[in-house]
Amino acid sequence: MSKAKPKVAFYWCSSCGGCEESIVDLAEDILKVVAAVDIVFWPVALDFKKKDVEAMPDKSIAVSFINGGIRMSEQEEMAHLLRRKSQLVVAHGACAHLGGIPGLANFWNKDTIFRKVYQTTVSTDNPGKIVPQEKSVVDGYELTLPRFWDTVHPLNDVIDVDYFLPGCAPHRDLIINAVTAILEGKLPPKGSVLAPNKSCCEDCDRNDTKPEKLTIKEIKRPHEVLLDPEKCFLAQGVICMGPATRSGCGERCIEGNMPCRGCMGPTDQVYDQGAKFLSAFASILDTNDEKEIERIVSTIVDPAGTFYRFSLPSSILKRKRMEAVK
Amino acid sequence: MSNGTFEPRLVGFLCNWCSYTGADLAGTARMVYAPNIRIIRVMCSGRVDPQFVLKAFREGADGVLISGCHPGDCHYQEGNYKALRRHRLLSKMLEQFGIEKERFRLEWVSASEGTKFQLVCNEFTEQIRKLGPLNLHQNGGRHEQGQA
Repeated sequence: MSKAKPKVAFYWCSSCGGCEESIVDLAEDILKVVAAVDIVFWPVALDFKKKDVEAMPDKSIAVSFINGGIRMSEQEEMAHLLRRKSQLVVAHGACAHLGGIPGLANFWNKDTIFRKVYQTTVSTDNPGKIVPQEKSVVDGYELTLPRFWDTVHPLNDVIDVDYFLPGCAPHRDLIINAVTAILEGKLPPKGSVLAPNKSCCEDCDRNDTKPEKLTIKEIKRPHEVLLDPEKCFLAQGVICMGPATRSGCGERCIEGNMPCRGCMGPTDQVYDQGAKFLSAFASILDTNDEKEIERIVSTIVDPAGTFYRFSLPSSILKRKRMEAVK
Repeated sequence: MSNGTFEPRLVGFLCNWCSYTGADLAGTARMVYAPNIRIIRVMCSGRVDPQFVLKAFREGADGVLISGCHPGDCHYQEGNYKALRRHRLLSKMLEQFGIEKERFRLEWVSASEGTKFQLVCNEFTEQIRKLGPLNLHQNGGRHEQGQA
């Protein structure tokens, strides 16, 4: 391996592994990436340890791709370490970018999550009510575990992030474009989201079927209705996050006849994706009658979880009010 | 802060054509009402982006009021209906965040209803005083993690 090759690291925090998969999904293009860079750290695929990273000189890694939200102390520690060792840090995927699906845990806190997971699920048999401890002594040895936080954070809550690669998981074209831009030094301004700054609807094949004046009288959930494979989901009364979501995902959900769930996050003009979608969605409800409005609203089962499916930790409110978590 | 000394902080988004003028009337008529509300004038209640409401709560408001023209009287025909739909949906969502729906109020106040504005401000202030402070400004901040 030539010494001149830039060094690249991959790390995962609170995530599902899908972003790791998105690297592997580059298929033959990954060979080009591997030819162009030295991968110096990638716990999911290669046997490097934390001490190997610690031994590297500061700023010696050209770019670290970190996926996953920050929910435990260990993840924050690794994020800080990689930040110190890297020239660039890219938040890879919806969880690092926005908090992602694991960020929905922000409707609870550590105690309620532990109670559910270790005590009250039907499949749990834990008469001693044992929950993980940060420190425990076994046979005279002290064992430690990372601290589990009350709140999930996006990566840029704990470290300075240079670029955001959005999506769950990011589309291969976005990854290839990002890697190419980094290798060629053709980078946009720091803090940019590496995807088009327009809404999902603009690129959607079904956009032509959206009526001039879009209105909704009855809200339907995808499992309650036979979905037309060509018609705009909102025109079918199904909640589709497209209007409030950034494009660049390749519309894979739409192609699979499922509405947009919002994984790409908001465009640059919007801070809070959920609030913005709520605003747009409420205005297309087709009634001015107070009682009828309340009836339609009552049929939206989980507005917060639907509108903030991927972006709760990076929203204005960030989480459920702590005093109200029971 | 104990509840005995708690003074609710309220933010009010008032439409230019009816409610702001109504509030102005309350002022010029020297009506006395609770001084807890901070008024922000917007062109229409339909201009109030839900992000404004969330930001107000986030930055320390204990209650948020949106006030516009009565149904049918909107200067822009139907901005207040949009505000109504957003209010009902946002109220439901705020409850999921642990923010009681009583903290987010929508009222129709016309330009001639200075007394109604007075009544709304007094009522809302007392209602929030009973509910207590929201304390949202640090909610979800890094201090909760017990980190230095």
